[in-house]
Formats: sequence, structure tokens, C-alpha cells
Amino acid sequence: MTLMKKGAEANLYLEDFSEVLHLAGAGKVVVKHRISKRYRVPQLDLQLRESRTALEAKLFADAKAAGVPTPAVYEVDRVGMRLVMEFIDGKQVKLILNKLTPARRIKLCHLIGKQIARLHKAGIVHGDLTTSNMILTPQGKVFFVDFGLGEYSPSLEARGVDLHLLKRALQSTHFKVVDEAYRAVLTGYRREFGKNAGEVIERAEEIERRGRYIAKEERAWH
Amino acid sequence: MNPLKINRLRWMLFGINVLCLGIEGTAHTFGVGIVSSRGKILSNVSRIYAPPKGGIHPREAAQFHAANARVVLNGALKAAKIDIKDIDLVAFSGGPGLGPCLRTAATAARALASWLDVPIISVNHCIAHIEIGRLTEGAKDPVTLYVSGGNTQVIAFDAGRYRVFGETLDIPVGNCIDVFARGVGLSHPGGPHVERLAREGKKYIPLPYVVKGMDLSFSGLMTEAVRRHRAGKDLRDLCFSLQETAFVALVEVTERAVAHTEKKEVMLTGGVAANSRLREMLKLMAKEQGAKFYVPPMELCGDQGAMIAWTGILAHKHGVKQRLEDTMVKQRWRTDEVDIPWRGSRR
Repeated sequence: MTLMKKGAEANLYLEDFSEVLHLAGAGKVVVKHRISKRYRVPQLDLQLRESRTALEAKLFADAKAAGVPTPAVYEVDRVGMRLVMEFIDGKQVKLILNKLTPARRIKLCHLIGKQIARLHKAGIVHGDLTTSNMILTPQGKVFFVDFGLGEYSPSLEARGVDLHLLKRALQSTHFKVVDEAYRAVLTGYRREFGKNAGEVIERAEEIERRGRYIAKEERAWH
Repeated sequence: MNPLKINRLRWMLFGINVLCLGIEGTAHTFGVGIVSSRGKILSNVSRIYAPPKGGIHPREAAQFHAANARVVLNGALKAAKIDIKDIDLVAFSGGPGLGPCLRTAATAARALASWLDVPIISVNHCIAHIEIGRLTEGAKDPVTLYVSGGNTQVIAFDAGRYRVFGETLDIPVGNCIDVFARGVGLSHPGGPHVERLAREGKKYIPLPYVVKGMDLSFSGLMTEAVRRHRAGKDLRDLCFSLQETAFVALVEVTERAVAHTEKKEVMLTGGVAANSRLREMLKLMAKEQGAKFYVPPMELCGDQGAMIAWTGILAHKHGVKQRLEDTMVKQRWRTDEVDIPWRGSRR
């Protein structure tokens, strides 16, 4: 068992297929183990871990069917709270986005926007769109590797939140390129989503304005 | 040259202790704190507006501040054993907060600074909470969970600014607890009542748990908890479940920020930091993440003037200069809008 990443809600282990699943197998697999948190009341702990494990596996499969690259899921263990899935070899978008040339960055963001639109059209919202959850492979595919907070929702609100979250992630981690990157994501989104994309984008903007810390028109005197 | 100015020049040239008077007035607290540039808190006096019923009415709170400004100011000077002419710098809370309250505090600060002929600095309230904690607890670079009746943010420093990693999408967690408390007939402030009742709660009642990425939402939780009470659920169990649900969401988001930033310190501040269950949960999380955990003493977690004064000193020391006309208040001043020269641009 090699610990690949100690995340907030799960540990990721890199393992060999033959050791985890079947002797005849070959290649690397990732085991995502949702760990129990001592700070959570046991019922809530169990409820969150179990529902997220099961739902995530289903979301991976449905996202893939909708044309969004995701790792293949080999096993869902609802007792041990483990997912065994394909290892995606590539670079975390978080680590490369700031370093790309503007043209390549825009191209990558177009693709990200397109894939978000595909998810939304399939009734899926990701729930945690950050660049650390995206992996760019040498073949130029972008894998969405974490659906831990995803859900099925066709609502305008949920879709708007999704876009807003990506913008927030860009703001906190890619503040130098946020405007250009987010604009490109929206372009890609619009192209793929079709005529109702404007509605979702407007809702994302509305959600942002609703926020507690956003300047609104204030009274004339200060 | 007027003698006050000569005095100030002397202080600046010889690096002698500078005294800053900080005025806090973003919501229900009117506070004045006096802090030296060596980081010593000479005094910290507040009066807190308590509405006769219901929540804070901004205008009434502002009237309370105006009526109490003199007493609080005199109290702070007296406790610090200094004369008002000894003040070298005036800082005030420029936002975020309730408009009328902010304007009252700003007016007091402007009047004082003009009369004393000393520099004035408008300070971001949320950043002041972090800075006073860094001063007294010795935390160097924490991920801060700032939770109160008016704010809920997860904040960490990166590239010259305090970045907001997570925040509430609707109401702050303190407000969620207070409104729930009022909805079930408990008196204001609701936090202590809910905490006490929660200790007697046994059964966890599932309530809406909303984490969206790194952001949070508490309005649905609040409404549902009140609804369950009307449907006859045991109040103690509900208080317990409300706390558990809201706090697990807060800790989860903070934990994600710690994992994401790989920082080794966690700090809790704001009025809700008084809750011992929240402290316990964050402490456990910090331990699991291999991070140190800090909470400033309660009198420095809540709103007060010392944090404003200290942040004013930091800004002043690092060349932040404002003219009177730059001191307009900002009700929705974002934490990540403010440059932080005193922490450099290192990560």
C-alpha cells in the first residue's frame, strides 16, 4: 500500500491490480478509502461516508457515459468505504494552469467548460469543481477524478453553483489568470450546452451577487 | 510645527513605542482598544448592544454606539492610563458590517484623528480577527476558521493577501444558531442556550448537510431544525443535531483548506469560537492533519477594538497611508481585496 495522497475526506493509495482485485490483472489501481472522522458523530460519519462512496461510483460511470473522461471503477466496497479505480497518469491541472501559454490555457479551459456542460446535460452536477480534481493526460484528455460531492440535479441553481464554485477555485488558486481562464471555461460551456447556457451563467452570476461579501450599491453617504 | 507632530516624528525616528487607538463598530459591539507598536494591549473596552427582542436592528445598534462612544472611549483611555494626546494613530473597522454601525464608528474615528491631527487607517474587520490571534497565540501562518453571528469564512494567506477558501453562501453559522434559538423560544443570544441543551441531547436527527465545494450553506438547516421542533421533536436532541450538523460542515471545509494549502496551523476565532464542542472537533481535525491548533482567549475572539488597533499598527508600520476621503466604509468589504504588505508576498 503506497499512500498517494492524504486528502481531507479520503486517503488515496496506489496499488497493483493483481494485489487488490485479481491475480490475473495488471496495471496500477487507485484505492480511495473514505476514512472515519473522530470529530463526527458516528451516525453522520457513517451516513456521509457510505452515501458518498456509493454515489461517487455511480457518478463516475454516468459521467463517462456522457462523454466526460473519468477513471473506470473496478470495485465499490460499501462496508469498508473503499472505491477501487483506474489510475490516471497525467498532470494535475492545478499545477500546470498558471504555467501554460495563454493559447494553450484557453484551449484547456474550453475543454473543461465543454465537459462541465456535458455533465450538466446528463443531469449531473460535480459539486467540487477545482483544478486539483482534474488531470490532463499526455493524450490531451482531461479526467475529472473526484465526484465525492457530486449529485444528480437538473436544477438551474445546482448548475449555477457548479460554475460559481469553479470560479471561486480559480480565484483562490489561479488569481493571476482567473479572468481569462473563467471566460474560456464559459465559452466552452456555451458551445456545448447550447441555447440555454446563458441561463445557467446568469444564475452563477446571481449566486455570486447573493454572496455576503460582494459589493452592491450602497447608500450614498458613508 | 505643532508639538503633537514633533512628538510623532520623534517616535517614528527612534522607533519608540507608537500607540494606536482602534475603534470597532461593525455590528452589535462598540469597542475601543489601545495597543502599542510592540504588541502590548493596554486596554480593550466594549459595550454590546442587546436588542430587547428579535435580532439586531442596524439603526438601533448604531444609535446605541453613538450613545456609548464617549463612555467606552474614556474607559479605554483610563484603563490604559494614558492621555488622549498620547495617541499616535487611529484605526477603525471599515467593514464588512452593518452600514449605520460602520458609519458611526467611522465618524468617531475621523473626528478623533482630525482633532488629534494623527493618521487614520480603515481596517478590514475579518483580517483584524486573524491578526490579533497571530499576535497573542503566536500562530505564524494558520488556516483560520472565522465564525460569528455576522461572518463565516475559512481564510488562509497566499501571495500577498488573505484568500477566502470557503465561506457561507447564505447566512453565517452564528446567525443560523441564533435564529433557530429564537424560532424555538430561547432568548438572545442563542448560542450558549443551544450549547447547553445540546449537551443533554442524545439522539442524532438527520438534518440538511450542505457543503458545496469549499463553501457552506446554513439557511436550509436552520429552517428544517425549526420545522422539526414544531413537529414535536425533542429540543435537546434538535440542539445537539443542529450543532453537530453545522459544525461538521465547518470542520470539513476547514480540513479541506488545510489539506489543500498544506499549512500546519489551524486557528479558530469569532464569537462562535466560544462553543466548546466546535473547539473539540477542530482540535481533533487538526491533530489528524498533523497541524497545531490555536484559539485566542475569548475576549479576543469576539469583536473588540484591540484587534483593530493592532492591525492599524501593522498597516501603518508598512507604509499604508490613507487620507480622510479614503476612509469610506464598505459594508461588503471582501477579505481578499486587501493587500497585506506586512506579510510580504511569500506563501
